[in-house]
Amino acid sequence: MIIISNVSKKFGKLKALDDVSITCNRGECIALIGPNGSGKTTLVKTVLGMVVPDSGFITFNGKNILHDWEYRKDIGYMPQIGRYPENMTIGQVLDMMRDIRHAKDASPDEELIEAFDLNALMNKRMRTLSGGTRQKVSASLAFLFNPGVLILDEPTAGLDPLASGILKEKITAEKEKGKLILITSHVLSELDDLITQVIYMQEGKLKFHKNIEALRTDTGEMQLTRAIASIMTK
Amino acid sequence: MRKIIKYVIADILRNKIVIAYTAFLLVMSLSVFMLEDNASKGLLSLLNIILLIVPLVSIVFSTIYIYNSSEFIELLVSQPLKRKTIWLSLFSGLAGSLSLSFFVGAGIPILIYQASPTGIMMLLTGLLLSVVFVSIAILASVTTRDKAKGIGKVILLWLYFSILFDGLILFLLFQFADYPLENAMVAVSAFNPIDLSRILILLQMDVSALMGYTGAIFRNFFGTQSGIILAICVLLLWAITPLWLSLRRFITKDL
Repeated sequence: MIIISNVSKKFGKLKALDDVSITCNRGECIALIGPNGSGKTTLVKTVLGMVVPDSGFITFNGKNILHDWEYRKDIGYMPQIGRYPENMTIGQVLDMMRDIRHAKDASPDEELIEAFDLNALMNKRMRTLSGGTRQKVSASLAFLFNPGVLILDEPTAGLDPLASGILKEKITAEKEKGKLILITSHVLSELDDLITQVIYMQEGKLKFHKNIEALRTDTGEMQLTRAIASIMTK
Repeated sequence: MRKIIKYVIADILRNKIVIAYTAFLLVMSLSVFMLEDNASKGLLSLLNIILLIVPLVSIVFSTIYIYNSSEFIELLVSQPLKRKTIWLSLFSGLAGSLSLSFFVGAGIPILIYQASPTGIMMLLTGLLLSVVFVSIAILASVTTRDKAKGIGKVILLWLYFSILFDGLILFLLFQFADYPLENAMVAVSAFNPIDLSRILILLQMDVSALMGYTGAIFRNFFGTQSGIILAICVLLLWAITPLWLSLRRFITKDL
């Protein structure tokens, strides 16, 4: 569904992405992991077209995403740090997004808005929100339009256990529907049982892209965190 | 595209600075017209205020606005929207609302007190100047990542266009006083939208006799219909070129 071929990106002297090639298919739930500054967020942003790669290309459903924009209709993106117009209320932000992305065929999926109880906060301005509430808004927006691909950048960071439980249930439900889910995270233990594939990045390079079973047998560790730790120390 | 313009304009019009700017222009132009018993004299006083204030407010406000909506831009870029649409909507929203406040603040008093060709010309150039300086502002803000640097840059640009440029011209004129520069001055004036506007309005006012021989040359050139049309085209070029350059830059910008 998403094919990333030989993508490189430099920020000044820093090589954020170095010749990365990845193929992602429908129905997979992929964990994108790596130490801080390993290029996870940059990779996700190149897929979204927010960062333009220096070389290489990305195709989405067989179409090159360069100069294309319609493909983003099928992506729900939850950023690591949700930045929203400070003067707007939650209700206004949600209405604006509905207005911009009006999907005629499907009714919006407001399950998360209700589960997070955001209806009670609709009149709060974005600048008064705590980090956790912002994350809840980001998550609700990502799932709102029933996209076929979900890109979640550190989804559980900053959420309380209750909220991250709700989010995890939602991710599981969407995965059952056969959607492609791409999660970047470094706190993995919570998402262990969701994930089918692991991509490990370091210093902008793709270290490996493996099935979780293969990873478990290779390292001899049942828990994903342990398995990753044993690779990192090698 | 219309949807985004709607949100941008709604956001700007809620901003107190724009309302204060409109009120300031309104008070200025009304008091100028009421103090002078001769309305065309009032127009002359208003000219200098407009040529100073309109570019300053347009350029500084637009730059700060673009920097402050970086979150909004980031949010929109991750949505199924063309970058071109996003950028042009931001530009249209800014240019539209600043032109609107100029029209309400200065245009309406001009139309009430002095709806002559001179007044209409002043209204037209004021609107064009607003758009030109919004366009320059968005070019400056897209090419500079740092907010403080960007704002400093546009203030310097404003200083250049409204003060330094005239100084440079005077310097050149004195240095090359022995050469016939009158025709060249017409071409040089095209390099500054503010000067161009000033010449356009002054020539409508029949005070060009005060400007000596150069004034006569200007009169010959800008006084004719084709000269006026050419000057307005140059002003439009001043609005379109920075916008086009900024658009090209924005389409490949990393956010």
